[in-house]
Amino acid sequence: MSAGANRTASTTPAPVPALDARLTVDRPGFRLDIALTVAPGEVVALLGPNGAGKTTALRAVAGLVHLSAGHVRLAGTTVDDPTERVWVPPERRGIGVVFQDYLLFPHLSALDNVAFGLRSRGVARQRARAVAAGWLDRVALGHCARRRPRQLSGGQAQRVALARALAVEPTLLLLDEPLAALDAGTRVDTRAELHRHLAAHAGGALVVTHDPLDAAILADRLIVVEDGRIVQAGDAVTITAQPQTDYVARLVGLNLYRGHADGHAVALDNGFKLTVDDRHQGGVFVAFRPAAVALHQFQPEGSPRNVWQATVTGIQHHGDNLRVQLGGPLPAAADITPDAAAQLRLAAGEPVWAAVKATEIRAYASAEPTGTDGSEQERP
Amino acid sequence: MGSSRATGPPAGLVATALVVALAVAGCGGSADADPPEEGVGGTVTIFAAASLTEPFGRLGEDFEAAYPGATVVLNFAGSATLAQQINEGAPVDVFAAADPTSMQLVADGGGTGVSPATFARNQLVIAVGPGNPLGIAGLADLPGLTVALCAEQVPCGRAAQRALAAAGVALTPATLERDVKAALAKVELGEVDAALVYRTDVRASEQVDGVEFPESAEAVNDYPISVLDDAPNPTAAAAFVELVLSEAGQAVLADAGFARPS
Amino acid sequence: MVAVVPALLGLAFLVLPLLGLVIRAPWPTLPERLAEPGVLTALRLSLQTATTATAACLLVGVPLAWVLARTRFPGRQLVRALVTVPMVLPPVVGGVALLLVFGRRGVVGSWLDSTFGVTLPFTTTAVVMAQAFVAMPFLVIAVEGALRGADTRYEEAAATLGAGRWTTFRRVTLPLVAPGVAAGAVLCWARALGEFGATITFAGNFPGRTQTMPVAVYLALETEPEAAIVLSLVLLVVSIAILASLRDKWLTGGSAA
Repeated sequence: MSAGANRTASTTPAPVPALDARLTVDRPGFRLDIALTVAPGEVVALLGPNGAGKTTALRAVAGLVHLSAGHVRLAGTTVDDPTERVWVPPERRGIGVVFQDYLLFPHLSALDNVAFGLRSRGVARQRARAVAAGWLDRVALGHCARRRPRQLSGGQAQRVALARALAVEPTLLLLDEPLAALDAGTRVDTRAELHRHLAAHAGGALVVTHDPLDAAILADRLIVVEDGRIVQAGDAVTITAQPQTDYVARLVGLNLYRGHADGHAVALDNGFKLTVDDRHQGGVFVAFRPAAVALHQFQPEGSPRNVWQATVTGIQHHGDNLRVQLGGPLPAAADITPDAAAQLRLAAGEPVWAAVKATEIRAYASAEPTGTDGSEQERP
Repeated sequence: MGSSRATGPPAGLVATALVVALAVAGCGGSADADPPEEGVGGTVTIFAAASLTEPFGRLGEDFEAAYPGATVVLNFAGSATLAQQINEGAPVDVFAAADPTSMQLVADGGGTGVSPATFARNQLVIAVGPGNPLGIAGLADLPGLTVALCAEQVPCGRAAQRALAAAGVALTPATLERDVKAALAKVELGEVDAALVYRTDVRASEQVDGVEFPESAEAVNDYPISVLDDAPNPTAAAAFVELVLSEAGQAVLADAGFARPS
Repeated sequence: MVAVVPALLGLAFLVLPLLGLVIRAPWPTLPERLAEPGVLTALRLSLQTATTATAACLLVGVPLAWVLARTRFPGRQLVRALVTVPMVLPPVVGGVALLLVFGRRGVVGSWLDSTFGVTLPFTTTAVVMAQAFVAMPFLVIAVEGALRGADTRYEEAAATLGAGRWTTFRRVTLPLVAPGVAAGAVLCWARALGEFGATITFAGNFPGRTQTMPVAVYLALETEPEAAIVLSLVLLVVSIAILASLRDKWLTGGSAA
């Protein structure tokens, strides 16, 4: 997870950020309210489950959705501010957008798709095509210039869409689930290539994704959005180490619970009691890796203090191991080897004993979710 | 429908069936010849030229008053159209046309024989705007103006050509209208300065004035009427024709502007 | 099976009258009848006016369809209803209405006459106007439907690339709805070609100037049904040929592009 954060996050943002936004969008039954900044050259990922409001945020920055309140400033210029009655339409925001399904114009060749932005900005046809050809070469698609979008593979279409967005050299590049439409094999290569292009891009970039791996590899900084609000922000290492919500924990593959600590004892919100190594008082998160859970056919004897009887509710392959979903007093995931599973004769619905050593459990104080990217996050 | 579901219906059948359906729908009533109880009765179907609409409407009422057992069904349209419907087999008792050419179409059509008699004459006049604002006095004044004539395919168009030829006037009209009422309407709407129409049409309209001209004597339309040989109700048909030719009938026609046959 | 019988009945109902025309055509005298100058004159005029009317409809009908499909304003539903009125209005009434507006004494017509000395009735222009009046709704409805069906996200993509409304419309929207525009234009053209009632009322009838094929057919029917059948056959063959060729080259090609 942390492998992706191989670029130094700009801890001191440039005086004029590529994006400085406070996005408030009201919809029936939904409210998006987040603050965002992206420095020039920085890549920020907006990570969250479906329906969290990530795409709405991206569309608001692009000018495809009007803000209910707040502001959008691109390179210091206000482009949307309802209270100031400022509104700049998308075509004059100097942005580039890579859409989830790319939206390449079906009636134009790859070359003319890439040249479209330049042509729209008044560049002469020949000149625009020459520049576009250069961009197609950069994404290694020079040989596909004359093809129509439907003649391109998914990965090729994604790269044409990227070239199209980059060709106008936007101060801010917006990418909406740029890898979601690709199959697993194409995805690895395309992700690596996308990372290379984002790193080379002088302007800022905002990537919307629900995939933590994409976020971790592509972005310098992650902002986790749930239900229209920022729940956690920071670099991949920090977030992996201390997830603040179930969603983030599941993303990083941890069993995570909220509870109340009194010294080594933590009473979880569902009533279950765990013993942990760290000492805390008050509200805490406790987390342990699935691999830290040991499963036994009979009640184990000896040291582990955190032992409970569970029921197997599901078994999936997870890498070389099996991930066992446990029901019972403490819902949890356990990773075991196939050999161990065979010995235990595990099957869905069967009872099993689970144990976790206190030393394997991390406890940390639960922080209120804040907009930790430097701007204040107010709760309405 | 039974026979027409076959793949190859006889050539004429389809077209004939369609036209008959059209004709029956057009006259709006059953042409079944209920046998007359005594003498004149039952339904008598009259196909008459459009210019006869008003006088024949009155004559129809008079006829029903004189023969309480009789019902008159009137169908007014262009003479040529009516002739065609008769030729396609429409069950008609009496045909009254606006010129002999149309009557001849029926005689030549091979469907039914006719024995026409002239019962009225109509004459062309120049229809002009109210008060004759352009001071039109005759056919010679028409070239250079916007003029509507009837198309040559209809009786008033043929009459107009005869009159213009007699006057030696070469005229390029703005339009050749499909029937005399359409030509008249163009004058009423002010779209043309003048039109050659029947005297009866001008009399029926309140929005135009008529200018008589001498050459119209060369373009008099004789209106023939005939009981058709195939008439489903020949007795009533003969009685209706008799009424048209009678003094009373001629008075109604004169009222509408028609002249007596010479 | 349930659908086959009514479908066949429907087809038979549409095709049998055409078959009647073919069967009743005076085949022996056909060549000399076709050679009559009046036939070619009327055909040429019909093709010219229908094509001009279609071009005029495209020029104003496509923007109208765009406004109906893509903008919101009070009374939009009413405007759409008004646009379709010529489809249900008896064409003769449409012709009278045109006379009342563009005739010598009409609101616009009298102004045109006094200002420019232009009178429209009984001119070829009047034929084109009558055809456009009755045919434009077909184009507008087809294009509006295509616009509503088109994915507006392509237009958003164009906007993010810096394209203004007009550039987006010209370079993205229009190409995307090209099949719909083509279908609408074909419908419009076909309707204009067959236009009769409004034409004869507003433009009258004069060979070479305002006598289109349908008008010629109507008048021929008065005295020479056989001539009318010949004219109808010509109209039928020409329109089927053009519609069929357009369908191949335009409609399928357009949707594939």
